Amino acid sequence: MISVENVSFNYPGGPEVLHKLNLRINDGEFVAIMGENGAGKTTLVKMFNGLLRPAQGRVAVDNIDTREKSVAQLSRNVGLIFQNPDHQLFAETVGEELAFSLRNFGFKEEVIQRRVTNLLTALDLDRYATSSPFVLSGGERKRVALAAILVWDPKHIIMDEPTIGQDYLQKDRLRNFIMQLGSQGKTVIIVTHDVEFVAECKPRVVLLSRGRVIGDGSAVEILTNSQLLDQASLVMPQIAMLMNELKDLAIPPAIIDAYSAREFLKNKLRQLIAVRPPKER
Amino acid sequence: MSAIVVRDLSFTYAGAEKPSMENVNISIDKGEFVVFTGPSGCGKTTLCRCLNGLIPNFYSGNLQGEIKIDDIDIKGKSTAELATHVGFVFQNPENQLFSLSVERDVAFGLENLGIPREEALQRIRWAMEATGILDLRYKAPYELSGGQQQRAAIAGVLAMRPSILVLDEPTSFLDPKSAQEIVGVIAKLNRELNLTTLLVEHRLDVVSRYANRVIVMDKGKIALDGPPSEVYDDQARLIGIGLPRVTMLFHLLRRDGFPVARNPITVAQASDELRRLIRQ
Repeated sequence: MISVENVSFNYPGGPEVLHKLNLRINDGEFVAIMGENGAGKTTLVKMFNGLLRPAQGRVAVDNIDTREKSVAQLSRNVGLIFQNPDHQLFAETVGEELAFSLRNFGFKEEVIQRRVTNLLTALDLDRYATSSPFVLSGGERKRVALAAILVWDPKHIIMDEPTIGQDYLQKDRLRNFIMQLGSQGKTVIIVTHDVEFVAECKPRVVLLSRGRVIGDGSAVEILTNSQLLDQASLVMPQIAMLMNELKDLAIPPAIIDAYSAREFLKNKLRQLIAVRPPKER
Repeated sequence: MSAIVVRDLSFTYAGAEKPSMENVNISIDKGEFVVFTGPSGCGKTTLCRCLNGLIPNFYSGNLQGEIKIDDIDIKGKSTAELATHVGFVFQNPENQLFSLSVERDVAFGLENLGIPREEALQRIRWAMEATGILDLRYKAPYELSGGQQQRAAIAGVLAMRPSILVLDEPTSFLDPKSAQEIVGVIAKLNRELNLTTLLVEHRLDVVSRYANRVIVMDKGKIALDGPPSEVYDDQARLIGIGLPRVTMLFHLLRRDGFPVARNPITVAQASDELRRLIRQ
């Protein structure tokens, strides 16, 4: 469990980035932290593995105050994947990048090799095991950065903007991967602007604006609330907008992704044009 | 007149086994708004790097074929010479801005070109007005929001009066509202200055309405090329590009046997089409 109690924070000499923020994330939850550029999202998640400590208030991970542990100790349970993979990657080869932390944590060499191989395969990176991370594309480097954290199997996994630079198929793969982590009981926290990705994954959404939590609820609740979205510089998912346009046709507002919209419209259209069954194209 | 003609272009990065781009042929007219998209690693960034001379001047490798910009063969031209023809905006504005004030940043390219002071001042002002950042001119880039930084980066290349603007995923780091604003600024420049615009993007939901043409690359080749509503068909989905969600919905409904006629690319078009279907 991650608990944030009354946390305020400012960078030295800077304005307040987080203001008396309270948040509780239970084990195994899938949470998206959303909000405008500069809302404090990245600052908040950097508190979870001790990279930043609150100026006021308290952050506890599994009931341990982050101020009592080093980043290295906290990292064993909290894996944070940075937005920019180049802030994280440094090794000569992709395989070495993954093995590095395992060596530091003192795993046996055979365990290291097995884990590295498994994870490279899972993230479609196995062909790059001996390549330098820096010859890979931006999207691929992001997956290496993700693999380098997942390899030590932390209990809580935080991804800062995981979908940036990823194409549609990779986002789909990422979504399945996150669901898998969820089924293993992992806590998954993503920081993201990608409303369409969130509309398809439907995590709990915590909406930040100017260092405060301004909304906390299901993806459907938050992503259909135009007032809240506006405040946090987000836009409604396209399908939610479409459903809103059609609301005079007795369409429920709680639809935010294409697949749910299809199910609903299929039934609706079949009722309406029942007299003339649709022709196959 | 064609603004850009690319003929039989292939490129293999030094040390790479396979070409990143193979036999690419494109002709783009003055004033077009073209969206380039495709799965990551498809070669779209490589193609952009060829257009402004970063390939082969900065990235070495084996380059074959021909590129003409404003009817000039760019072979052997330096990146600096090309900068007055092709303005390049990167994904992350932080990689492009470095001065202590926005105005200094916008001025940088002009100073390098040796533009006389009076003309430079005029151009700087014009570029900052066109991108809506005149009131931010004395601010330091780090004081700006991501969207403002990206506007400053665009102003910097705009001041060099290029005839072509190439933008490589300029909205990636921006929140959705800032992303819409930036794409709006780009569309306005395209319209008002007849500035040929090549926009590399995955976020087709935000950019499609402005594009007269979408080019999809796949595995180093041009796979599809045409107006958005034609390109966003089954093949585009199979290549794995992220269609606007309303377009995707219509693909699904068509698979279910509903007689939906076209591929809407905006919410308004989708709404109209559904109403038409229901009234029928």
